[in-house]
Amino acid sequence: MKAAAFDFVQPSSLDEACEHLSRAADDPQIIAGGQSLMPMLAMRLVRPGLVIDINKIETLSGVVEQDGGVTIGACTRQTDAETSPVVSGRLPLLRKALRFVGHDQTRNRGTIGGSLAHADPSAEICLTAVTLGAKITLTSAQGQRDLAASDFILGPMTTAREENEILTAVSFPIWAADGRVGTGFQEVSSRQSDFAIVAAAAQVAIDDDGICRRAAVAVANATPAPIRLTAVEDGLVGQEPTAAVVDPLLPSLESVLEPEADLHASGTARIHIAKTLVKRAILEATEDAAADD
Amino acid sequence: MTDSRPKTTVSMTINGAQITADVEPRMTLLDFLRDELDLTGTHTGCEHGVCGACSVLLNDVPIRSCLMLAVQANGERLTTVEGLSDPDGSLSLVQDCFWETHALQCGYCTPGMLIAAQALLQRNPDPSREDIREAISGNLCRCTGYGQIIEAIELAADRLNQRTGKAAR
Ligand code: FES
Ligand code: FES
Repeated sequence: MKAAAFDFVQPSSLDEACEHLSRAADDPQIIAGGQSLMPMLAMRLVRPGLVIDINKIETLSGVVEQDGGVTIGACTRQTDAETSPVVSGRLPLLRKALRFVGHDQTRNRGTIGGSLAHADPSAEICLTAVTLGAKITLTSAQGQRDLAASDFILGPMTTAREENEILTAVSFPIWAADGRVGTGFQEVSSRQSDFAIVAAAAQVAIDDDGICRRAAVAVANATPAPIRLTAVEDGLVGQEPTAAVVDPLLPSLESVLEPEADLHASGTARIHIAKTLVKRAILEATEDAAADD
Repeated sequence: MTDSRPKTTVSMTINGAQITADVEPRMTLLDFLRDELDLTGTHTGCEHGVCGACSVLLNDVPIRSCLMLAVQANGERLTTVEGLSDPDGSLSLVQDCFWETHALQCGYCTPGMLIAAQALLQRNPDPSREDIREAISGNLCRCTGYGQIIEAIELAADRLNQRTGKAAR
């Protein structure tokens, strides 16, 4: 359980990091919080020739509210995002999701960008990014591009990032003027803070008459990448999201989910869990919106 | 086949002492503490971030030392379990409470548990049972069943609050 030998650099600027990354012959690998990469190095699932530590690039950390959204630097620690007043005020869904991410010891090192770049199918941060339609920013020596989270995360540990690109930030949109916003996050795992067997997230905007004006609902770990449930969302808009309204929408999950069986749950069980969690997340979000004054 | 790479010089503060050493990039902070500095109080369990036995404080917050490279700790401030006891070697309040409530059997998980407990009490001197359970949720213990560990941390919180003049719960 020892990593194979590699060289190590710790650039202080993004330009410098991009330059290191463009030297493909060195087989470079980026490290941020290292909470997924370090085990992979130890197990020799990855054997980079060069490890580029981006933790010292100051511009990659921090949470700012700008242009109707919240932008989080890739190296922002999960703990720092969780305790950020901007996140609790403007991105309550992410705050709820972060409570399910790993343990104290891993959240203190683990980063928002690292979790997105790793793209574990059960990752709560990936699920939140897909639910809210977050925008992922990738930077290389050639320039910068933005991708929707659902176009970025392609499958288990597979993303649209090119080898010379660094994930530098993620921007979550803030919902405005659609009514009261409520959020729900539900997860089943073997133990508290363990990998999600299935997770579901919902954000709704409810008007003064209790009618849903906007809905975003998604599931993780029942498909290779987190998936928005558009049929459920469409069925909620214009309705009061009660159990009686949600229940008939749930069979639509059967045609979009393609769960794998593993040690924890069979495919059939995952579909059942997904339906239950989606319903709970929507009802939690609706209740949350009613409580929001 | 050996394939070693040039070493880098790092310096950091560990338990109040300034340390400078040359390390290979691939060495984890855990191996550095144990094998280079002989700080063997920090335990090696799984070496891939599952068990919590290797927990240390990095700038006062708990982390897993097997999930960090020693080179990444350059310039940082660390506390290991050796740094918890008083300078004369006598047990800290939290360590004392572990001893009193029999919060350890084989002791393998204990350094990690102590670090997690210390970090919790520093940030929340009056934790609920739920807070305690969550704080040690990243640390596996195969012996105690966790009951006495939770008791130990509750006792430590009570004593801490008495000491600071707050009424015991
Ligand atoms: S040895 Fe680090 S978590 Fe197990
Ligand atoms: S006392 Fe043996 S593992 Fe905890």
